Parts: sequence; C-alpha cells; structure tokens
Amino acid sequence: MSEHTISVNKSVLTPFNLVAGVILLVGTVITVLRFTGGLAAVTNLTDDNPWGIWIGFDLLCGVALAAGGYVTSAAVYIFGLKRYHSAVRPAILTGFLGYALVVFALNYDVGRPWRLPYPFVVQQGTTSLLFEVGACVALYLTVLFIEFTPAALEWLGLKRARTLVVRLTMLLTIFGVVLSTLHQSSLGALYLIAPSKLHPLWYSGYIPVFFFVSSVIAGLSMVIFESSLSHHYFHHKMDETHLRENTGVTLGFGKAASLVLAGYFTIKVIGVSVANNWHYLTTGYGAWFLVEMLGFVALPCFLYAVGVRDKNITLIRWTSAWTVLGIVVNRLNISLIAFNWQLPSDQRYFPHWMEIMTSVFIVTIGILVFRFIVTRMPILYEHAEYK
Amino acid sequence: MPGFPTLIMKLSIGMYFFNVIHRGNDMSLTRRRFLGWIGAAGAGTLLGREANAAANVHFKGYPDSFAVLHDITLCVGCRSCEAACNTVNELPAPDKPFKDLTVLDQRRRTTAKTYTVVNRFQNETGGDKPVFVKKQCNHCLEPACASACFVRAFKKSPEGAVTYDHSVCVGCRYCMVACPFEIPTYEYDQALSPRVMKCTMCHPRVINGQLPGCVEACPKEALTFGKRKDLLDLARERIRKNPARYIDHVYGETEMGGASWLYISGVPFSQIGMREDLGVTPAPELTAGALGAVPIVVGLWPVLLTGIYAITQRKEKIAAEESRQAVMEAVSRERTVSEKEMAAAIEKAQKDKEAAIKQAVKHALDDAAKKQQEVKS
Repeated sequence: MSEHTISVNKSVLTPFNLVAGVILLVGTVITVLRFTGGLAAVTNLTDDNPWGIWIGFDLLCGVALAAGGYVTSAAVYIFGLKRYHSAVRPAILTGFLGYALVVFALNYDVGRPWRLPYPFVVQQGTTSLLFEVGACVALYLTVLFIEFTPAALEWLGLKRARTLVVRLTMLLTIFGVVLSTLHQSSLGALYLIAPSKLHPLWYSGYIPVFFFVSSVIAGLSMVIFESSLSHHYFHHKMDETHLRENTGVTLGFGKAASLVLAGYFTIKVIGVSVANNWHYLTTGYGAWFLVEMLGFVALPCFLYAVGVRDKNITLIRWTSAWTVLGIVVNRLNISLIAFNWQLPSDQRYFPHWMEIMTSVFIVTIGILVFRFIVTRMPILYEHAEYK
Repeated sequence: MPGFPTLIMKLSIGMYFFNVIHRGNDMSLTRRRFLGWIGAAGAGTLLGREANAAANVHFKGYPDSFAVLHDITLCVGCRSCEAACNTVNELPAPDKPFKDLTVLDQRRRTTAKTYTVVNRFQNETGGDKPVFVKKQCNHCLEPACASACFVRAFKKSPEGAVTYDHSVCVGCRYCMVACPFEIPTYEYDQALSPRVMKCTMCHPRVINGQLPGCVEACPKEALTFGKRKDLLDLARERIRKNPARYIDHVYGETEMGGASWLYISGVPFSQIGMREDLGVTPAPELTAGALGAVPIVVGLWPVLLTGIYAITQRKEKIAAEESRQAVMEAVSRERTVSEKEMAAAIEKAQKDKEAAIKQAVKHALDDAAKKQQEVKS
C-alpha cells in the first residue's frame, strides 16, 4: 500500500506538474484580485488604452491560432483529402479548447462578464463588428463542441449518440467554415472604425481579408506545430494510422502554408500600394513593419517551400513554430504596438505582470485540459470499435 | 452593391483555376491551392475597402437638435465649467480644488471623475497669451461609440446628446477604442459595477429647459448653447466679421461626419490638441462594407462548399467506377486468354490420346499378326 502511494506521488510530482501547479495557484490569486479590486487592481489599462494583452493576445491570437479546426475539417471533409483524416481530431480539439479559453479569458477582460449574453438576449447592437464577432464565436464554439463530442462519446461508450453526431459532420463543417470566415475577418474589421489610432501601415480597408487569410496560415501552422509537440509528448498514444499519415500531413500542410503565405505577402503589398503608404517604410514603424513582412511572412514562406522540396520534416516543424510566432507578432502589432502610435510614450501601454500571468494561467489550463483529454479519449488514435 | 461585377469576375477566375487544376494529377495539392484562391478571391471582393453602402444617405443630424459653440478665443481657463460640471453631474470631489490653476501646467484628458477638462497651450503663432481649450464629448452626429456598441448602450438623442445606458453595458470598452476624440473613460477601479463615463451634454437638464452646467457657468461666454444650425451661422458670422481673429474653419461641422459641439479658434486646431486628420467620413461608414459582406458570405459559402464537396464526391465515384471497370476488363481479357489456352491444351491432349490409341491399336495388331505367324509356323 505504502509503496503504491509512493509510486503514484512520483508520477504526479513531475517538474511540469509542479510548474503548472504554481501557475494555477498564482492565477487563482489574480482571479480573486481581479473580481474584488476591479480591472485597475491587476491591469495597466487606461482610458487611452482600453484594450491590453487580454484582447491582443488572448482574444486575437487565441482565435487565429484555433483556426486549425476549420482548416483541417474543410480540407478533409469538403475537399476530400482523406489521407489527412488522422489530423482532424487533434485539430478540432485544439480549436475547441482555443475558443473555450478565448471565451474564458473574455470573462476577465470585460467589466461585467455576467452580462456577456446581453447583446443577444437584451439588445442587439447589429451595427457593431463586435456583435458579429460575438455571435460567430458563440455559435462556432458550439459547433466545435459538437464536432468534438464523437471522441468523448466513444470514450463514454455512447454509440447511438455518437452515430447521430457523426451524421452531422458535413453540415457542421460547412457551418464552421462560414462562421470562421466571418469572425476571423471581423476581428480585423474591428479596427476599421479607428483609422486615426492604428498606424497606416497596419490600417487598411483590406484588414478583414488580411485577418482571414492569415488565420488560414495560423491554422495550417498550428496543426503542424501541435502535432510535432504531440509527437514528442504523446507518441505512445498514437496508432499506426496516425503515425503513418503524419509525414504526409506535415508535408501537405507545409506546402499549403507556403502557398497561402505567398498569397498573404502579395495582398499585404497590395494593401500598402493601394493606400500609397510606401513613405512610411523609412520610419521606425516602417522598419518594424518590414521585420514582420520579411521575417515572419516571406521567410517562413521560403522555409516551408524548402522543407517540402527536401522532405525535411524538422525544418517544416521549426518553420511552423516560427510562423505561429509571426501570427502573434502581427496580432500584437495591430492591437497594441501600432495602435495609439501617435500617443506620447508615457501614455503608451505596457502590460502589468499580472495581466501576463493571467494569460500564462489560461494557456496552462488549455495545455492541462488537452493532456487530460488526449491521454483518455480517442484523439491521436482510432477507437477499436469505430474504425 | 459595390464591387459586384468584380465579384462575378473573380468567381469565374476561381472556377477557371478549378477547371484547370481539376485535370491535374496531384489532386491533393490542387484542391488546397483552390481553397486558397477561392478564399482570397471571394473574401477579397466582399470585404474590399469601399464602405459607401450608405453613400446616398447623408445624415446631417436631427433637425433642430441642440449644440454648443466653443469660441476658443474667449476662454480664459478659469475652470468654472469644470466645477459646474462636477456639481451638476454629482461627480466625486477632485484631487485639487477647481480654483487651483496649477493643474493647467499638465495636459489632461477626460477621466472617470471628470467629464470635461480645460487645457492650456502656448500660442505658437505669435501672441504672448496662452490658448485655453475645453475638452469634453463632442456628441457626434453619427457617433463612433454608438456604432461600435454591440448592446446599443449609446444613443444619439434628437436633442443632440449622445447618451449612455449603464444598465445594459457589458464593459467591452470597444466604444473607447472607436472614439476618435478619446473621450469615453472607464471606472477601472470598480469591481462589480464599472461604467463608461462621459459627458451627457446635460441631457436631463436640457430636456427640462435648462442649460448644460458648463455653459451656464462660463463667465466669458466662451460657450454658447443653441440650435446647431443657428450656431453654425453664428460661428461663420464671427469668422467673417473678424477674419484676423479666427482661423477660417468651424471644427465639428464636418469632422467624422459632424458633431454637436462646434469650435472656432484663433490658432490652427492641430496646435491645440485637436486632430485635423480625422476626415469627414462618419464612423459607421467605415465599417459598413465589412458588415455588408456578412449576408454574402453566409449566402455564398455554403453553395460553393457544397458544390466543391459534390464535385469531390463525384470524382471519387467516377474514379471508383473506372477502376472497377478496368478490373472487370482485365479479368475478362484474362479469361479469354486462358480459355483459349485451355482449349489448345485439351485439343493437344485429345490428339496425344488419339495417337496413343492408334499406337496401342497398331501394337496390338502387330502383336496379333506375329502370333498368327508363330502359330502357322
């Protein structure tokens, strides 16, 4: 008995779990501070900077990086690329958790989170892009939840319910693409109303298109990135099909990402040309814009292409991580770095450590739930009874 | 519908590419490329930069709505308006008394405790006297805050004020992001009931026939309350009568579609903290194009996606049928060949057999002949 207890303790007290535990603890304390002292107690938000990293990172990056769900399910179910089928479940799970955490994070950011249903049940502000974002995110979270349920139902052994949900696959996939197109683009369109605040190099009438196209890049790259992490940590959970198809997924998604990055680069150049913003390129912000465009768009486009040509899986995986970082850079540029660029530096925003900690806390919850699910449910393998 | 012909064109380009790649060998690659093209073509057209969905309707404000004209040249920076605002709106007591003019040393903005502030600027165009400017909500004719609010907490009243209803506010603060004049503020220190705070143009007082607090308190008549169209006339008249005293521009007449606070000044507005690069486009028009794309996306995407799905399915079906037929043909071909071989083999066996019989018969006859000879001899 005592030996058994010791062995259990050993397996639970890993360095990862200890760090995660500390983060959860700190996060809980910050949560208490946030809801007893208000936003001022834990954030650096001001009247000039009403949106901080809880919007810039948790919402904008969270939604973009959760795009793997709709990209993968569309590729497999609509475009008929069945040899990527084993990538669907992990992508749907990542997407579902991503959106769930976005909504969770919003509860910290908005002043009165218990009123979040108000725009739908009390008064509809349909002239607001935020209404569109809210409606689509709420609906898409539901869609992702239903798309995820077959795994849970197989785990629970509820065959009839599972069969029913699987029949809805096609409908849900199309619905998911429609909703994703709308809210991925609307997140960019949120900034259309503030041309006087966002730097001209990032402000564009095309910003909804930029956000949508870059969400496809984010989705493709996240599938590769997430699968390389899963390969490292959950290799034992993967079945033969998953392992056999994985190289194909990495190569295929890498090739797609390279192409979409090339298209994205082109339309970004068109954006600068249409507004004739070339002269800004010689300024400090221009240099930073070039870093984003060359370092985080053109470079990964090239590296993906080389990786696919040489069938260099390692290169593709590192490129996917770099691309994901590039998406984060882009979203933070628009929401924070190039936003309010005309304000004097002492009025600019820099996140409070507790804001950063809250974001870390939320990402940690996501990783823990992901681990809980993939170690129990048929995500990285097919359930023997449903092959 | 702006860009509709372009939409059709791009769709046909998309279909052209699809047809081209449809014949390709590496279907997995081509379909993915198609995804990118269709996405870029469709969304690119739908979400283009034209935001003139309401271009034919130029809203010039509610008729007979009220406004305030701030003659910046008359302001002496006494802060009486700030004090009155604080009193009539029952705002918290200020950190420093309103009589303390040292607060003017720093440039200030509106806060959750102050709906209005007066700022002092050096007169850059000569003149030794500083310039004082009052800042508060401009009560836009087509307010960005109201357009941005997803729960319609803001309302442009027919009297002119942009009012805010805290009882529905979720606290997303998108109004603060949207406002080009950086006016709305938030009660960040309130844990459970934070509100957006901003000037109400004393709407409750105005509908009771009273003047806004600040206008009533101004000792120098730097603020004038009245019908917006009358105030525009008044402002233009002052500029015409004193062209040396004023810049020839009524700030707020057209900025972001126009506002219910109007300003005239002796120095360029950009030198006294008022942005002149805001343009004349009302905020709602900036987002009209993106909002207009929603029904098109909802209508077109399912059709396109179902079509692509159907094509994929059909291709697979045809491929399966073709391979089935190929197998059948091969089988039947094999069968004919083997049947021929079989027949040949049977024939050969038959011949062999006949030959053997002949041989045997011949042997038997020979043997019989030999025996007969032996018997005879």
